[in-house]
Amino acid sequence: MSGDHPSAPLLEVAGLSVAFATRHGVVRAVRDVDLSLRAGECLAVVGESGSGKSVTARALLGLAGAGARVTARTLAFEGRDLRTLGGGQWRRLRGRRIGYVLQDALTSLDPLRRVGLEVAEALEVHGLARRDDLDDQVIRLLTEVGVPDPRVRFLQYPHELSGGLRQRALIASAIAAGPALLVADEPTTALDVTVQAQVLGLLEERRRRGTALLLISHDLAVVARLADQVAVMFAGEVVERGPAAALLSSPAHPYTADLLAAVPGLDDPDAPDATDGPEAPHGPDASDARGGPGGPGGPVRGLPIVRTGPAATTGCPYAPRCALADDRCRSEPPPPVSYGEGGPEGEDHMVRCFHPGRERPAAAFETPVAPVRVKNRAVVSVRGITKRYRSPDGSRRTAVGDVSFDLRAGEALGLVGESGSGKSTTARIVLAEIVPDTGTVLLDGEPWSGLRERDRRSRRSRIQLVDQDPLSSFDPRFTVERVVGEAVPGRMPRRRRRERAAALLGQVGLDPALLDRVPARLSGGQRQRVAIARALAPGPEVLVCDEPVSALDVTVQAQILALLARLRREAGVALLFISHDLGVVRQVCDRVAVMKDGRLVETGAVADVFRAPRAAYTAELLAAVPRIDPGRTAGERPHAAVTLEGHP
Amino acid sequence: MPPLARRLTRRLALTLFVLWGAATFAFAGMRLVPGDPARVIAGGVQANATPQVLDAIRDEYGLREPIVVQYARFLGRLLRADLGGSYQLGRPVSRVIGEQIGATLALAAGAAALGFGLAVALATLTAGRPRLRALSRAVEFCSISTPNFWIGILLLAAFSFHLGWFPVIGDDGPAALVLPCAALALPIAGVLAQVTREGLERALDQPFALTARARGATEHRIRVRHALRHAALPVLTLSGWVLGELLAGTVVVETVFARQGLGHVVVAAVRGRDFPVVTGVVVLSALVFSLINIAVDLLYGLADPRIGAAA
Repeated sequence: MSGDHPSAPLLEVAGLSVAFATRHGVVRAVRDVDLSLRAGECLAVVGESGSGKSVTARALLGLAGAGARVTARTLAFEGRDLRTLGGGQWRRLRGRRIGYVLQDALTSLDPLRRVGLEVAEALEVHGLARRDDLDDQVIRLLTEVGVPDPRVRFLQYPHELSGGLRQRALIASAIAAGPALLVADEPTTALDVTVQAQVLGLLEERRRRGTALLLISHDLAVVARLADQVAVMFAGEVVERGPAAALLSSPAHPYTADLLAAVPGLDDPDAPDATDGPEAPHGPDASDARGGPGGPGGPVRGLPIVRTGPAATTGCPYAPRCALADDRCRSEPPPPVSYGEGGPEGEDHMVRCFHPGRERPAAAFETPVAPVRVKNRAVVSVRGITKRYRSPDGSRRTAVGDVSFDLRAGEALGLVGESGSGKSTTARIVLAEIVPDTGTVLLDGEPWSGLRERDRRSRRSRIQLVDQDPLSSFDPRFTVERVVGEAVPGRMPRRRRRERAAALLGQVGLDPALLDRVPARLSGGQRQRVAIARALAPGPEVLVCDEPVSALDVTVQAQILALLARLRREAGVALLFISHDLGVVRQVCDRVAVMKDGRLVETGAVADVFRAPRAAYTAELLAAVPRIDPGRTAGERPHAAVTLEGHP
Repeated sequence: MPPLARRLTRRLALTLFVLWGAATFAFAGMRLVPGDPARVIAGGVQANATPQVLDAIRDEYGLREPIVVQYARFLGRLLRADLGGSYQLGRPVSRVIGEQIGATLALAAGAAALGFGLAVALATLTAGRPRLRALSRAVEFCSISTPNFWIGILLLAAFSFHLGWFPVIGDDGPAALVLPCAALALPIAGVLAQVTREGLERALDQPFALTARARGATEHRIRVRHALRHAALPVLTLSGWVLGELLAGTVVVETVFARQGLGHVVVAAVRGRDFPVVTGVVVLSALVFSLINIAVDLLYGLADPRIGAAA
């Protein structure tokens, strides 16, 4: 096995391309990708959704899907040419030599099979365990990945496990047969920060034991901790690749720099942060720029449509979004060039850019404006609300317990907590969607939560919701005009309503030409802007934002956060901002309330809470946030840069 | 009370309510049809019964009493599981049903097994395979849109008259059961195959199927060990419908194949307005329906552990 030689790469990929034939033409999801990975090394592939990173990973397992055409100059694993493998040979490789971990173990483990059976499957199909020995092996594996009470968990179903335990079980199933390479596709995306830190620790442990890791993520901060090498993908191409330390400290490609700038930080509160960054009125959204949803071809599998005509071959794919783009960028594709001095062991730092490492013009950033004036009048007063639910086993569970806070006019209050902490239930009580068991909510000092719906209706317009998943809150057959126009109160002729809707779109930085689109043909960022426009239509005093950017790519996320910050200044709305992401809250909010198990554990000004948390739980949350150390320089040991606590 | 016991109690109470409703509708239906019940009992209009005979019948069957009293009596007998005597056959209804139910059960059970089996096999083989799927869909649509009796006649023509593999009529031995079962099962299999295949395809699209593939599992294993169970839920939901199809179908199929069975009895009873027999069959059908639905409800929990936790 060539993987035993430390110098020979375990995995070698050159010129990998994956194309899908669809009704709308050929979609070239992955183009000319070079990767190489040695045993015990971690390569991180980073990019936004649709960048082709998952397709690349699946191609390495021969699972690019029906209709995929995979071509490569080199595609070798452990010295074997993968291009010539037949179906049976692929199957013998999968699970046994290459393990695969997907995100969200709730759907990646068969929900109808016991956890033990799922973990055992790889051993079973490869005939690696005798039947009477199988259970013991599975229990040993579960113990190895840090699942407590493996003998109990073994017989449970995935839904009976917490998210973290599920992900551990999924990892156990992927490493069961002792693969030399573990491909992990967004392994921590659906997890809370503390659990995320633990799962990353587990992967780090595997690498220490000699398993090579191919880590795929949309989040640079997550991979910064583990990666030896980083490859940044955009629109199906690797635009920059190099040793992690060099790439993160001195990014050569403007997209990498944008990604780094968009990572919500916890450390530099006074620096002009990314919220005031690339958001520009009428600015095109990320997916727009690359001709994705809304383009003439329509969305296909969430991938950018790359025409095979002359247009496909001209220019840098990032040019439409790039602050540095000039005529040459738009007309000819930049070839890969070496950049900087590379890694300590002479690894190459490659970039596809005509202007590698150049400072982006400061004009692309909005200058920070004067802080918003917060009036000392509470628009929403939450007084000791409690909500209990009955569990299936008959016991009563406290979703929200004795929570009190005030939201002042014009203020942005962050409500932070992990899943199940009661933050969304609190939001729904504030919106008077559900009635608290005890306690009250006052709106403008008047009763709100205890009223009959009939008495509330006239004041509903004062408090509006922006959801995590706007698409499901739109009627799919409505055009944007109807979605937004419907929310404008009062009777008026259709033309005036359309004008109002157009004005609202302008307010959230969308082109009024989108009025006639249906939501399905908008990009994720555009949808969220439409949702915000709709929420603004009745002229509310309060916007309740429930995880408004969780489903978005980091660069788009930064744009939406910037928009919310601007609307706060211009429209003077107060924000009740619910998020599991501390970095996001840090950017948007003045004050923060931390929830755990239905109770408020800490409330205070953002700066104070993040600098000196009083509650132990807040400190734990903060410590678990992955971050890129700003002081880190090329040549430093990459995985020492990020300090994390709380991993097993 | 544990949740399961609570659920079962609720379902059984609901069953009693359904039985009462079915019996009441049967009672009302037979009484609302114009005509004199006494004449029916005496042997129909053609029998030319004398007024004396009719009077005697009215006394004996309590037909002079107000309808409310008749209804109360009827329910009282039903509570004691007494279905009364057949007007036409002169024998207790329970015995009439008892003699015929065996043949019908064999037919229905055979058809159900064949229908489900055929559907699962077809769906597993053709899910996610466009060409096979197109072929299978064409066959399924044919079998769905062809009435039982016509399928029966075609089967008879092909396998009995032409090939001589199976007996033409009668109900002796398992060989005689094959064609009637097939005639009854084919339309059911057509619908179930489509539902099963859709469930399979949805399951095969899920991340866990990709995970299983990444473990090196064969396509067959992924379909049978993983996806099939996911497809079971919508199919289970259709069980009530299947039962209805079977009940309605037996009447036709028993006629086409000249078999003994409840279908035959019902047709004769309705035509002759044999009120106790019709009521007996209706109440029995309602009971079977309810029990099957309770069984399906329990099977849901077995098929999907998440439902057991949520209910």
